[in-house]
Amino acid sequence: MSQTSSGIVVKQAGPLALVQDAGRFGVRHLGVTQGGAADWISFRWANWLLGNPLDSAALEIVMGGGLTLEVERATRLALAGADLGATLDDQPLAPGTSFTVRSGQRLVFRQPLAGLRAYLAFPGGLDAPEVLGSRACTARERLGGLHDDGQPLIVGDRLTWPGKAAAERQLPEGLGPRMPEPGCRLALVPGAQIAHFSGASLYRAFNMAWRVDNRADRMGVRLTGPVLRCSLPGMVSEGIPLGAVQVPADGQPIVLLNDRQTIGGYPRLGALTPGACASLAQCLPGSEVRLAPLTPSQAQEAHLRQLRAWKS
Amino acid sequence: MTPRIDTTAMDALMVRLFDAIDETNMAWVMAADRALREAFGEALIDLVPSYTTLLVHYDCQRLGHREARTRIFQALDGLQPADTQSGQLHEIPVWYDESVGPELPRVAQRAGIDVESVIARHCSHDYCVFALGFAPGYGFMGLVDEALATPRLQTPRRKVVAGSVGIADRQTAIYPLLSPGGWNILGRTAVPLFEHARRGEPLLCPGDRVRFKAVSRAEFEADGGDTTPLEER
Repeated sequence: MSQTSSGIVVKQAGPLALVQDAGRFGVRHLGVTQGGAADWISFRWANWLLGNPLDSAALEIVMGGGLTLEVERATRLALAGADLGATLDDQPLAPGTSFTVRSGQRLVFRQPLAGLRAYLAFPGGLDAPEVLGSRACTARERLGGLHDDGQPLIVGDRLTWPGKAAAERQLPEGLGPRMPEPGCRLALVPGAQIAHFSGASLYRAFNMAWRVDNRADRMGVRLTGPVLRCSLPGMVSEGIPLGAVQVPADGQPIVLLNDRQTIGGYPRLGALTPGACASLAQCLPGSEVRLAPLTPSQAQEAHLRQLRAWKS
Repeated sequence: MTPRIDTTAMDALMVRLFDAIDETNMAWVMAADRALREAFGEALIDLVPSYTTLLVHYDCQRLGHREARTRIFQALDGLQPADTQSGQLHEIPVWYDESVGPELPRVAQRAGIDVESVIARHCSHDYCVFALGFAPGYGFMGLVDEALATPRLQTPRRKVVAGSVGIADRQTAIYPLLSPGGWNILGRTAVPLFEHARRGEPLLCPGDRVRFKAVSRAEFEADGGDTTPLEER
C-alpha cells in the first residue's frame, strides 16, 4: 500500500458499523430508501467538531461490541452520540470531543453505557463512492458504503479521508447531543389515518408508557404497550415519511426510520419529528418512552431551532 | 377528482386523489406528479407517487406547513389528466418454467386451468405500473386476470432471486434484486432492472405499461439469464 492510501484499518468488526451521511434524497420515487445517520443530530455534531461540512460521511457505530480500529497515520477524529465505552490505547474517550490519534494506536468500542449509536467523524469526511447522490450504506438495497455494496465494515477494511481537520472545536455549553433519559418524550405530529383509531386507543397512545422492543433496526423500531385499535379494514399502499408510526393488526406500533420501505399499507398515527427519530435511534431495547403530540408548525419551529445550533 | 390533503409528518403532506386502485387513476397521478414538481421546485425533497396518493416531502427551511398546503392546492387547481399514451410500453421476455417459477402449478390449480393457459393469460394483458417501492426499481403492476389472482405465500421465501416474476392477488411484479418475498413466482427475466435503478434511471416508471412475452430457455440464456432453479438458491 502506498503512503497516500494509509488510513485506519478495521482489526475487529463489531456487530454493526456503517458509513453514513445525511441520506439519499430525491430518489424515493424510484423505490430507493432514504438511509443516512439514524441519530442525525449526533452525526452532525461529530462533523461540526472537526469543522467538516455537516453532512460529510462518517461512521455510525452501533453497540460497539469490540469494534477495533488501528491507526496507520496521525490525524484528528471526532466522536459524538452514544457512550460506547470507547478507548484509545486503553484511555477512555468521551463522546462530544475531537482528539488526535497517532500511527499504531488502537480505537476500541466496547458496549453501550449511554445511548446506542456513536458517530466517528474524519477530516473532510470518509472516502466512499457516491451512488444516487449519497454514500449512505443500506444493506437491503446493496447501495453505498465503503465498497458501494451496502455492507457494514468488515475486518481488513481501510478507512481513508481526503483532508485535514478544518477546525478543532469543543461542544458549546448546553448544546451538543444528549442521550435520551428514561421515559423521554418523543414528539409526534398526528396525521395520516389517525381519525380511524378509537378514542380510547388515542388516549392510551399519548398517556401511557411505551417500551422499545428488541425488534429494532434502521428500518423500524417496534414499541410495546397498550393495544391500539384502528377501524380501517384495509388500505392502499402509500408513501411513508420518516418517523411514520404504523400500527399493524397486533396493535403494537412500529416507528419507521431511515431504511424504511418507500411505500406501505398499514394505518398510521402520524409521524415522529426528525428530532424524536434521532432520540429513538439512541434508545436501547427495554427503554421506556412516551409519545407527545405536536402540531406541524410547532414541530417545524423546534426543528429550525435545532438547525440554528450549527450556524454559530 | 377532488384532491384531499392530509398532514402526515412534520414536513410531509399526503395528497389523496382516489380511494381505490384503478388503472384510470394513473393519468391523474402522473399529471399531479408533474404539477407538484413544478410548483415546489427547489423546495421539494422527495415526491412519492403511489396507486391513489402522492407523498410530498418538502424542505421546511424554505416553506412553512400552511404555505406548503396552499402550494399544493394551487398546483392541482384545474388539473387535467396526463396523456396516458405518454408512458412507455416495455416488452419483458420471461422464461416461464417450474424450475424458476415454482408457483406455476399452484396458480394453475387455483384457476382450474393448465400451466400453459396461466402463461398465456399472464402474457395477454398490458399491465400498468402503479408505483415503485419495496426495493429500488420494483414496480407494482396490475391488474392481473381475475382467474390468476393468488394470495401471497403463507410463509415468504427468504430468498427470491433477481429477475423473478411473481403475482400477489391481482398484482404482478419483477424482483430487481435478491430479496425476501412472498409472491407467487411464475418465471424469470434476464432484464437487469436493478442496474437501471441504481443509475437513477429505472426501466419501469409509474404510468408505463408492461407486456410479458414468454421465451424459451435458449432465448433466456442468450440474454444472459441465470437458469439456477429458485429453490436451490
